[in-house]
Amino acid sequence: MASNPNTYRNQPDERGHFGDYGGRYVAETLMPLVLDLEREYRAAQADPEFQAQFDDLLEHYVGRPSPLYFAERLTEALGGAQVWFKRDELNHTGAHKINNCIGQILLAIRMGKTRIIAETGAGQHGVATATVCARFGLPCVIYMGAEDVRRQSPNVFRMKLLGAEVVPVTSGRGTLKDAMNEGLRDWVANVHDTFYIIGTAAGPHPYPELVRDFQSVIGKEARVQMQDRIGRLPDLLVAAIGGGSNALGLFHPFLDDPDVKMLGVEAAGHGLDGDEHAASLLGGFPGVLHGNKTYLLQDEDGQITEGHSISAGLDYPGIGPEHAWLKDTGRVEYTAITDEEALEAFQLLCRTEGIIPALEPSHAIAAVAKRATEMPKDSVILANLCGRGDKDIFTVAERLGVEM
Amino acid sequence: MTRLSNAFSKPHPALVCFVTAGDGDTAANLDALVEGGADVIELGMPFTDPMADGPAIQNANLRSLGAGTTTADVLRIARKFRERHPEVPLVLMGYANPMIRRGPDWFANAAKEAGADGVICVDIPPEEDDALGPQLREAGIAPIRLATPTTDAKRLPQVLEGSEGFLYYVSVAGITGKQQAAQTSIEEAVARLKAATDLPIAVGFGVRTPEQAGAIAEVADGVVVGSALIELVGEHGSDAPEKLRELTASLAKAVHSAAKGAA
Repeated sequence: MASNPNTYRNQPDERGHFGDYGGRYVAETLMPLVLDLEREYRAAQADPEFQAQFDDLLEHYVGRPSPLYFAERLTEALGGAQVWFKRDELNHTGAHKINNCIGQILLAIRMGKTRIIAETGAGQHGVATATVCARFGLPCVIYMGAEDVRRQSPNVFRMKLLGAEVVPVTSGRGTLKDAMNEGLRDWVANVHDTFYIIGTAAGPHPYPELVRDFQSVIGKEARVQMQDRIGRLPDLLVAAIGGGSNALGLFHPFLDDPDVKMLGVEAAGHGLDGDEHAASLLGGFPGVLHGNKTYLLQDEDGQITEGHSISAGLDYPGIGPEHAWLKDTGRVEYTAITDEEALEAFQLLCRTEGIIPALEPSHAIAAVAKRATEMPKDSVILANLCGRGDKDIFTVAERLGVEM
Repeated sequence: MTRLSNAFSKPHPALVCFVTAGDGDTAANLDALVEGGADVIELGMPFTDPMADGPAIQNANLRSLGAGTTTADVLRIARKFRERHPEVPLVLMGYANPMIRRGPDWFANAAKEAGADGVICVDIPPEEDDALGPQLREAGIAPIRLATPTTDAKRLPQVLEGSEGFLYYVSVAGITGKQQAAQTSIEEAVARLKAATDLPIAVGFGVRTPEQAGAIAEVADGVVVGSALIELVGEHGSDAPEKLRELTASLAKAVHSAAKGAA
């Protein structure tokens, strides 16, 4: 158990550690690059011009601020706490991923990099990266597991339309973590001209910090919007967690509000009692992968095991290191939702609110449904609707036994 | 004198040979390397996510794990090697997670007990030395660090601080087994490193042929060969030892006949 700090918002330390987690566990070839990136990020943070450009693009290109929406019929159906949604699925490209990509491509340009690489699982981060590369005219290579390329062909086509080169990764087992390995291999061989846009709040320092900061626009907006609409902060924040960037983006601006409770929702897949889940925090152990120390799905020898979730965006055997720290400190509670529960919540939101959510936030919605019924009617839950479900209709149809 | 310092005190440069533990008949493969003339053995610890390695070593990792290799197996292979070859230095090389899974103290002691002389951990840079370095030093095992083309003059002292055994110069910015570095860039780099440290310098990444190895040995204290050997294990399976012995012998001939300290 970490000591109880006066603030939860001053992490990481100067070495990039969130308590025992995070850090810079990378090969020596990459160390000078991550140190460069940290220097440049510090300079950008102190540069009002950078912030102004970021804000301008978020407003006019991404479409921020995203609405804060009271889900009246869902609230009625659940019969407990009021349920509100932060509508980040209405962003350009349909998910929160674009917030981070805007920030990172501005950093890349600032550093004089001329080539962008990224990894993607379901393809949302790949599409967001390809989008900002098209917007700024930079060549873009997206690494994607061969199996995911097959399953997510609409997103592959989107990336190609946007001018990206999509490289199917067949090394290892051809999954998201293998795509990340391949991204790191590319980066180490192209250190001088290439910027790696990591898609979640993980990887070597300063990535977990800067991705969190770029995504924190979600929580900053939500604080102001909540005050405007109901004159107070919510009682409970809920967000789904794969790597954890949308959750940190929502949570971080509220971490020092002691009355605001927080719930992170991992993917329980077929259930936490077996091996078929992607719940690194609830079903994993601390270890080192992809540049940071964090909770990992691994065996007793430290070999990484494959996550499973109906949602390809949650299907990663690690988790951002700040979540590992927030779990150990007890500031954020973590739970897990199964494939079945997420599917039910997906359909519930479609029918009650006319919103087709992505399978990732469907996990959050399922957790909201459980909690809302246990809370008084004057309490307020705010959940992040971090992506829209267009990309998932084929998966859902298959699971519901519908032929399309 | 330690086994490692002995290996680098011979009248000729050292040939350092890498194979992955649990890939093929590792005991027979290791014996073949020693018989062929290897001066130092690097024993790779397989990992599911070898992100600094090219296809040859990636595949060796997968073959090994696919055959069910455990950490206990790797340590057993090392211990048996030590029994058969009391004088040949053995270095364990791999990634952080399998090394620290049971705690750094556990690993340092287990490696010591297995007769290892050094450990190379690809993804623990000096900044994260606390994760394993102090425990290795406490156990009397050399933490062997990597220097690369991106390790600039400002950073080099930090890399050298706490390095023991030898310094492994990664001659290309990239992954194992791919392109080879230009000889002139290797010569410049080794000269730069030698000016900064008394540690022996071994050069690796992309070294495949006796000609290359011999040229590098003209300027460095050691030459590391990995992927070219691993490929033989992948191609020849149970017949690999004979092939390994042949290639190692030709590499050793080239390396050992190079003039030591010509740089």
